[in-house]
Amino acid sequence: MYRFWSIFVARNKEYYRDRASFGWNIMFPFLIIFGFALLFQNGGQRPYKVAILTSQSIHSAIQTQVCSHDFFSCIPIADKEMAIDKLNHHQLDMVMENLPQPFKYWINASAPKGILSESLLTRKAMSKDELNQRLIKQTINSKPVYYIEWLFPGIISMGMMFSSLFGIGFTIVRYRQNGVLKRLKATPLTSFEYLCAQITSRLLMILITNIILYFGCSWLLGFQCRGSLIHLLIFFTIGTISVISLGLIVAARTKTEELAHGLLNIITWPMMFLSEVWFSIADAPQWIKRFALCLPLSHVTSGLRHIMNDGAHLFDLSSEIFYLSIMTIIFLFIGSIMFKWTQ
Amino acid sequence: MRNSGINFKTGRLTVKNLVKYYGKICAVNNISFSIAPGICFGLLGPNGAGKTTTIEIIEGITQPTSGEILYNDAPRNRSFWERIGVQFQSTELFAFLTVRESIQTFMRLYRNQVSLEQLVRICSLEDIQHQENRKISGGQKQRLMLAIALANNPDLIFLDEPTTGLDPQSRRHLWEIVSAIKQKGKTIVLTTHYMEEAQILCDEIIIVDKGKIIAQGIPEELITQKCAGQIIRLPQENVSPHVRQLLDSNQHVTWHLDATNKFILIQTQTVNACIELLMNNQVDLSRLMIRPHNLEDLFLQLTGKALRH
Repeated sequence: MYRFWSIFVARNKEYYRDRASFGWNIMFPFLIIFGFALLFQNGGQRPYKVAILTSQSIHSAIQTQVCSHDFFSCIPIADKEMAIDKLNHHQLDMVMENLPQPFKYWINASAPKGILSESLLTRKAMSKDELNQRLIKQTINSKPVYYIEWLFPGIISMGMMFSSLFGIGFTIVRYRQNGVLKRLKATPLTSFEYLCAQITSRLLMILITNIILYFGCSWLLGFQCRGSLIHLLIFFTIGTISVISLGLIVAARTKTEELAHGLLNIITWPMMFLSEVWFSIADAPQWIKRFALCLPLSHVTSGLRHIMNDGAHLFDLSSEIFYLSIMTIIFLFIGSIMFKWTQ
Repeated sequence: MRNSGINFKTGRLTVKNLVKYYGKICAVNNISFSIAPGICFGLLGPNGAGKTTTIEIIEGITQPTSGEILYNDAPRNRSFWERIGVQFQSTELFAFLTVRESIQTFMRLYRNQVSLEQLVRICSLEDIQHQENRKISGGQKQRLMLAIALANNPDLIFLDEPTTGLDPQSRRHLWEIVSAIKQKGKTIVLTTHYMEEAQILCDEIIIVDKGKIIAQGIPEELITQKCAGQIIRLPQENVSPHVRQLLDSNQHVTWHLDATNKFILIQTQTVNACIELLMNNQVDLSRLMIRPHNLEDLFLQLTGKALRH
């Protein structure tokens, strides 16, 4: 225990005294969240761009029927040829003459956003009675989840992933490369004690930075966790240990920081895109969904969202906790077997 | 291999038939030796001779291909690492820890510890103890490494080229520290390619080349055995071709130019006769220097003068 403690303390001091790296680890998730908060404030950007062919003011009928719509962003362009060219290159979703009804418009038939904007326009053209005859609208009664609330658990999982994988991976590889591990090998310290100290130190730092991040963002952006904060902390800890353990596999034998960088990128990029941090993979092929289940970050993101957005209890996350625990055991086992002190 | 006369029972550390291959390259070729407690044991050899591989196998850093290492007549176990101190040729430490914290970190890895203040004093680290490791000089770093090697009050200390790259002052300072450690009865295993260092510090040496032991014993005895006589040094312009011919014809004398080609080095067991010969031939002796053979002469004689890579 005294050996574990000695390395744990040393590693913590190293971490917080390296001001540049420590500062960046805290600032990075903050910057991403604030960036998104700014981007999506007041409902976010209008997703469909409509060019109105005019060099003067937009016709009042178009203003009322099109530009006032929440999803249309009207851009006056005088040059028709240029507007059509942009439409062709997917830079615009629709081009419209600056005339009263009936509206004359162009879309790119091969562009999904063009087709969607046309649908929105035709829906707008229908009367309420016409619509009610064809469709019955249902609404959800629960409190809506705002995009930033949905995004936040994904962002903290992503920040945790980078900090865990690169933090543990690079540190161990650098220590191996410059001989620190070799020096430690010539002491009674065991690889188990050393790895435990590394994991615990990194875990502590990630927890501290993310607690600061959570309360900072919660205060500044005004969202809150619908579940228990204790459950959130416990689940986040379980997830972090799992991702750190994955980092150990990369760090176990890698000889150079360059190779570690490549290997870590191979792991982080698929995790970032397949773990639903940014977007859902509900419509992805089945094999991709199955593959995503093998990635710890998928379970971390899903569990955090359940707690934060849906108020889930830890018991509701038993499958996520089960998968993460199994992965942790497997990763730790492989990492400790593969671990080498020297190059 | 020279292992005759070694009593494997009496050494604190015994190495038997050590072999290490890296692929097809044999780095250590059936080396055996024994180190008695309380001595400074030198492991000498040119670059790539197998010194560091041998020492790292003993320390447990590298696995041997075959061979046996006994500590106090028993195979090494976990307690071996409690009893040894190690200073590697080149390793880094935790960059953002201070000198004092680094020693403390390593001290806490052992059950047996010495006083931190004492270590700081012994290794002359008082002035830099609160500086971060990344900000200290090469000489200071080597003293810190030595302090860490002594953190557990070890019985057996391995110093792998501890003075490489240091200026003469730092080197001599480190020698003083090592001598002080030696006086406390510690066993030291030192690798170096500074022959002066080995001659000053080592009680016993082995010279290794191409993975094999080529000489083993007490430095002075080895010098006497292998390099008999004295060396007379003269500026080469003082010695005419005629005198050189006379030296060539004398069976008790050999000569060669030194590495700078400025001096002629005459090796002889009959110094008086040789000087008489030089005087009789009107050689200017005003810049003459006579010195005994040293370990470097022995080393060069055994390992040759060809450059090693």
